[in-house]
Amino acid sequence: MKPAPRSRRRPFLVEGLTALGLVVAPHVLPHIGFAPNTVNQILVWGLFGLGFDILFGFTGLLSFGQSAFFGSGGFVAAYLLTQDMVQSVPLALLLGTLAAMVVGVLVGMIALRRTGIYFAMITVAIAEMFYFLENSPLSEWTGGENGIPGVPTPKMDFLGLSWHVGTGWSMYWFLAVCYFAGTVVALRIVRSPVGAILSAIRDNPLRVAALGHSVGAYKLTAFVIASAYAGFAGGLLGVLQGFMPPDAFSFDTSGQLVMQTAIGGVGTLFGPLLGATVWLFLSDFLQTALGLGSAWKLVLGTIFVLLVCFLRHGLIGGIKDLHRLVFRRAEIEAEAPEEAPQPITVVDVTMPARHREGDIESGVILKATGLTKRYGGLLANADIDFTVNAGELRGIIGPNGAGKSTFFKMLTCEVRPTSGTIVFEGQDITSRGVTDVCQLGLTKSYQVNQLFTRLTVRENLTIAALADIRGKFRLDLFANPAKIKGLQERVDHTLDLVSLAPRADTTVSALAYGEKRRLEIGLALATSPSLLLLDEPLAGMSPQERVATVKLLKSIAKGRTMIVIDHDMDSLFELVEWITVLQEGRVLTEGTPDQIKNDPAVKEAYLGGLHE
Amino acid sequence: MFNGLVLGALLALISSGLTIIYGTLGVLNLAHGAMFMMGGYAGFLAFEATGSFTLAIISGALFVMVLGIVMERVIIRHFYGRPNEDQILVTFGLSIVFVEAIRFCFGSLSRSVPPPAWATGVTPLGFMLYPTYRLVVVGIVAVALLALYLVLYRTRLGMIVRAGIEDSVMVDSLGINVFRVFMVVFGIGAMAAGFAGIVNAPVVSLTPDMGEMILVQTFVVVVIGGVGSFPGAILGGLIAGQILSITSMINPGYAYVMLFAAMTLVLLIRPRGLLGLRSRD
Repeated sequence: MKPAPRSRRRPFLVEGLTALGLVVAPHVLPHIGFAPNTVNQILVWGLFGLGFDILFGFTGLLSFGQSAFFGSGGFVAAYLLTQDMVQSVPLALLLGTLAAMVVGVLVGMIALRRTGIYFAMITVAIAEMFYFLENSPLSEWTGGENGIPGVPTPKMDFLGLSWHVGTGWSMYWFLAVCYFAGTVVALRIVRSPVGAILSAIRDNPLRVAALGHSVGAYKLTAFVIASAYAGFAGGLLGVLQGFMPPDAFSFDTSGQLVMQTAIGGVGTLFGPLLGATVWLFLSDFLQTALGLGSAWKLVLGTIFVLLVCFLRHGLIGGIKDLHRLVFRRAEIEAEAPEEAPQPITVVDVTMPARHREGDIESGVILKATGLTKRYGGLLANADIDFTVNAGELRGIIGPNGAGKSTFFKMLTCEVRPTSGTIVFEGQDITSRGVTDVCQLGLTKSYQVNQLFTRLTVRENLTIAALADIRGKFRLDLFANPAKIKGLQERVDHTLDLVSLAPRADTTVSALAYGEKRRLEIGLALATSPSLLLLDEPLAGMSPQERVATVKLLKSIAKGRTMIVIDHDMDSLFELVEWITVLQEGRVLTEGTPDQIKNDPAVKEAYLGGLHE
Repeated sequence: MFNGLVLGALLALISSGLTIIYGTLGVLNLAHGAMFMMGGYAGFLAFEATGSFTLAIISGALFVMVLGIVMERVIIRHFYGRPNEDQILVTFGLSIVFVEAIRFCFGSLSRSVPPPAWATGVTPLGFMLYPTYRLVVVGIVAVALLALYLVLYRTRLGMIVRAGIEDSVMVDSLGINVFRVFMVVFGIGAMAAGFAGIVNAPVVSLTPDMGEMILVQTFVVVVIGGVGSFPGAILGGLIAGQILSITSMINPGYAYVMLFAAMTLVLLIRPRGLLGLRSRD
């Protein structure tokens, strides 16, 4: 009933096609004007780009400083080989890659302190520093402006078989093997849980952190993966050319990589290869066939600008769009009736919170004391004392501006209180981060949807479930998510609970609003929290949806503690057992729904001076 | 010290241009270094044609301002709604087009503009002799920065720009045509770079690649000072100028390394920059 993703239906399809392409290439490309050396260069750039695409295309971090790792890896490998410190070329390449990874960790720790534009600027500056380091302070080892000449070609003897790589097409096969290995590894990484989390970080890093993943550590992982590929490709450049050029460290190298990736298409792994093919072919073609000389770069630059303006997802994106336009139109029309919103079905399943160490079965699960939050002169929350018992279903109401959302943000440690303490399951969490708190079993669904809009419903829930099953950070780069114990069950269970099973493989951006609201709750639920906070779960829903969602919430509440904020009094009075009323940042009163309904102070808070 | 002041003043001016564009439009202009270079070449052409240094400065600055406005009208405005990454890519592509266009027209050889006759020679400063023109540069740049300050802090346009840095959506909804303001800001920001380019031309000879180095230094300045902060750009520029010149006196090879080390230090201690207000990540 549920179609599996294509990769699972045909395992190793992409790997097989890559191998086929690499085998066929030398028989086809020479006939359309590619010199063997050009093809070899394309492979090196394509390999360089595999890592960069994981960083930029999958994680969304645009680095303009990849030359630092390309150069580091290349120069380390070339130095080791030319100084006869290492005889074996593959070993030297490996050591170069390791060196680049070490550099990647150090640079990443600095550059990743900022995101977006800052990140791009910092990477540019750092890479430029490496260029200067190579040029003068380290010139004794790197040869300064001359680079390192005399890098040998690989000679491998293994179990009586020997492979002496020459130049031209002989070199091609060596590079093809390297590229293929690089592709296999990259595909594994992209399909691993880490790969899934990286794509989620690109979409919405804040929510990834709130779900209990250590975003910083995963970003650094992507950064180091990219630097490993860069270092490996840099080493190969030296081997290919028999000479390690200082240009490897230049800003142009980083720029060319970025442009090739953008030309080919980001987020596909093969975009950089295609981009490099176009780039290097055009550069040959413009310079020799058209005799443009040095003006070739002007033409390529202009082409690039036009491409960025008109073809937003590069050539591969353009091909995909075209393909969809021609072939998929009929399919989409046939599917259309299914796109109508599904009725909400309340499934009679419960998914109690996973048992964690330090869980509390009964008694006080959450205790906030004297919680105060001040924004400049504005007092959002003042001296709130708040206690919830395990298993309780609590409601919070209050007029707009009463400080309900701020209160929730402090409980989940998104916002640090000005004063006061929060104790969850006996632990003081006041100064912990949102990620740690989610790992402890306390999370919330947001008032404004915070979803991963480019991923499917199932992928969204998988990200959330992974946080609980794998913990804050794990480096299972080659794990198959289908084999992670309990993951599928958790995701399917959550899909049933929030009544989204029929929409599991729909992209979030195509969901109806009410469905997105339920997925928002589902994300929080899939982390299996023992204390779940819901910030206006019914906001924006139609009356029928509200009735159905209240039923859903009741089944969700089984086996866990829940606190719900909402403005829909009737729904809330039906749902919860005990209500806290906030007004102007303070606790006004507490009581059962009936007590609250008849409390004159609450009426006054909402309507103001009713009985004057 | 004085070399550092000259370099620092120039960096401050160029960085102010970059930072007000980023602050107001949210676009990081990677072609800013190319703008600096274009200012130098435009001034060079004007100087060749007229022989007047004053005219060279005026035409260099005006040319780049017009170039900036055209660039904003034709290309950049279509990118306001697109991700930051696309904006970076397109300005990066434009910088290559500019650099290569200049290389195509003028070749890779360096060109130079002599300083005006009244500012040649050296000036005794009591303790040392110093090239007069470099002192003049400090003066000119200081005046330009003051002008920029007056525009930003003492005019209606400046008020809108500063409000736009805080919250451009709000400014838009107040009924102010943000897009026209964007165009003007892009022009002024580009002009700051172009002006610096021609003023600097008699000190360093012109090459098509000169913008790249300046761009990277500008990034460091802006990161140190705080992105989007005009005073931060000035402070960062002066600091960077001193670091570069003092290290150069000891060992030129390490000048850049020191600059980078300073940036790292700032990032570790104060990630939003010395005078950065709030993060716009």
